[in-house]
Amino acid sequence: MINQIGNFRDALKLSNTRGGDSNHVASTLDRPDGYALEIQALNAFYGDFLAVRDITLPVSRKGVTAVIGPSGCGKSTLVRCLNRMHELAGGRVEGHVLFEGQDIYARGVDAVELRSRIGMVFQKPNPFPKSIFENLAFGLRINGYPRRELADIVERSLRRAALWDEVKDRLNKNALALSGGQQQRLCIARALAVEPELILMDEPCSALDPMATLAIEDLIRSLAEEYTIVIVTHNMQQAARVSDETVFLTMGEDRAGFMVEHGQTQQIFTNPADKRTEDYITGRFG
Amino acid sequence: MIVGVPFRGLPTPQKKQIRKATDHGFVGLGMLATAFGVFAVGVLLFDVATDGVGVLNWDFLNSFPSRTAEEAGVKPALLGTLWVMAFTALFAVPVGIGAAIYLEEFAGKNLFTKIIEININNLAGVPSVVYGLLGLALFYYWFNLGPSIVTGALTLGLLILPIIIVAAREGLRSVPPSIREAAIALGSTKWQAVRFQVLPVAMPTVLTGVILALARAIGETAPLIVIGAFTSVFFVPTSPTDAFTVLPIQIYSWISRPLAGFQENAAAGMIVLLVVLLSMSSVAVALRHMLAKRRMW
Repeated sequence: MINQIGNFRDALKLSNTRGGDSNHVASTLDRPDGYALEIQALNAFYGDFLAVRDITLPVSRKGVTAVIGPSGCGKSTLVRCLNRMHELAGGRVEGHVLFEGQDIYARGVDAVELRSRIGMVFQKPNPFPKSIFENLAFGLRINGYPRRELADIVERSLRRAALWDEVKDRLNKNALALSGGQQQRLCIARALAVEPELILMDEPCSALDPMATLAIEDLIRSLAEEYTIVIVTHNMQQAARVSDETVFLTMGEDRAGFMVEHGQTQQIFTNPADKRTEDYITGRFG
Repeated sequence: MIVGVPFRGLPTPQKKQIRKATDHGFVGLGMLATAFGVFAVGVLLFDVATDGVGVLNWDFLNSFPSRTAEEAGVKPALLGTLWVMAFTALFAVPVGIGAAIYLEEFAGKNLFTKIIEININNLAGVPSVVYGLLGLALFYYWFNLGPSIVTGALTLGLLILPIIIVAAREGLRSVPPSIREAAIALGSTKWQAVRFQVLPVAMPTVLTGVILALARAIGETAPLIVIGAFTSVFFVPTSPTDAFTVLPIQIYSWISRPLAGFQENAAAGMIVLLVVLLSMSSVAVALRHMLAKRRMW
């Protein structure tokens, strides 16, 4: 499915030359099933601080793209730019992100509507302090799903997140009574319920034990057949296990994160093109 | 006896004793401070109860003030207090919570909001009689509401507004940001996130603040005297534009009379005031309990 690493690498070389016409580069890449997301010359700021510099990155439709890199290199910031959550924390963004061909930073784009099409799972499981059912129903209600469909969609989403059998008898019990791993699967189910086209995951396993992590990873693999998933992880083994493509970010002297390499996961881990990627993967820094 | 590991931090027995003594000493001081508070409240309640309980009966609750102590009652003052408190809550609670939501969830963090914040915190400490003067100028004269229940309620409302705002903001701030993020990421608007996820979680704390604020308002005398509340009212208020008196004013007027019998009336009035206050608090506690149970936080 993915054998255009050469193209990717060419694109990266071009995009890393600052000031180059990176918009042009992304659009010349030709893939049979297109891209779910095309990040073009993206800069992300916190106030005056440049957190992420000049990222140009196409994200293939369906499958998992992992974002790895040392802490503080802007991985989370990058994914938060993809559903316009970055601007909520007072952040500022330059550049373009094409979601299904449309620039989400174009004037007139409704960020609220956009977020209902892009799901997000956070570092720490953050279920609402309500019943399991209500956790899923909230997203459905605010997005205008008819009341009579709620129960069906809730069940379907919980099944999809491999949680149904564990919680079917206690849908009206508090979600906070679930274990950490179950809570995180509930959060995934909650994101799935509103039928997103893309799912962003920001270190979804960093607060979980190894068994729960494994369950989530299995889930991610099975979701990858239908969804486009972008996952941030600080765990390289995890990236190797779950992702089809990997992006390696690192940061410069000015602490701004930038992209070093993007390619098929197997290639990144076995034969990285860049010395810095190799150093990171082999544990020499980061 | 632990052997093997040389423990070099061992204090001399003398130092050890001093440390222990300080420890015990502090616990003792703390208990003394607590006991003092409990003792003071106990004495107050006992004193009021012994003086007032003999007078307290249905007639006392159902009579108008009178020149003779035996015939005097608190009916107008009790009803006045209930009217004023209801309208105070009606005005101050929505406005206070609304302001808190705006400041905490929507307003940006800039110089303007910082100035507002400092102002609100300072307003909470302004003497109540100053609010009375404000109410007199604004509601009594400018809005031409006269010495009415509305004037009193609006004045007391202004007085407790800062308390409610500060408490409600505290409640909102204690809700983890991850809850907001979760809602926003699902495609909710900011208002939906606040209304359906943040506010329910914050509500118990907010309610506590509301009760503290109303408890403060129910005991206020000065601002109401300034806006022209009567000391003795011989009719029952039937509309918000009626003149009124409240329990604290009535109690004060009785207590300042030298005639025997009125002191007991004042004590009985205090009991009535305390009962009103306690029932208000218990409603809030019950409400808080119910919310906490339903929201499961």
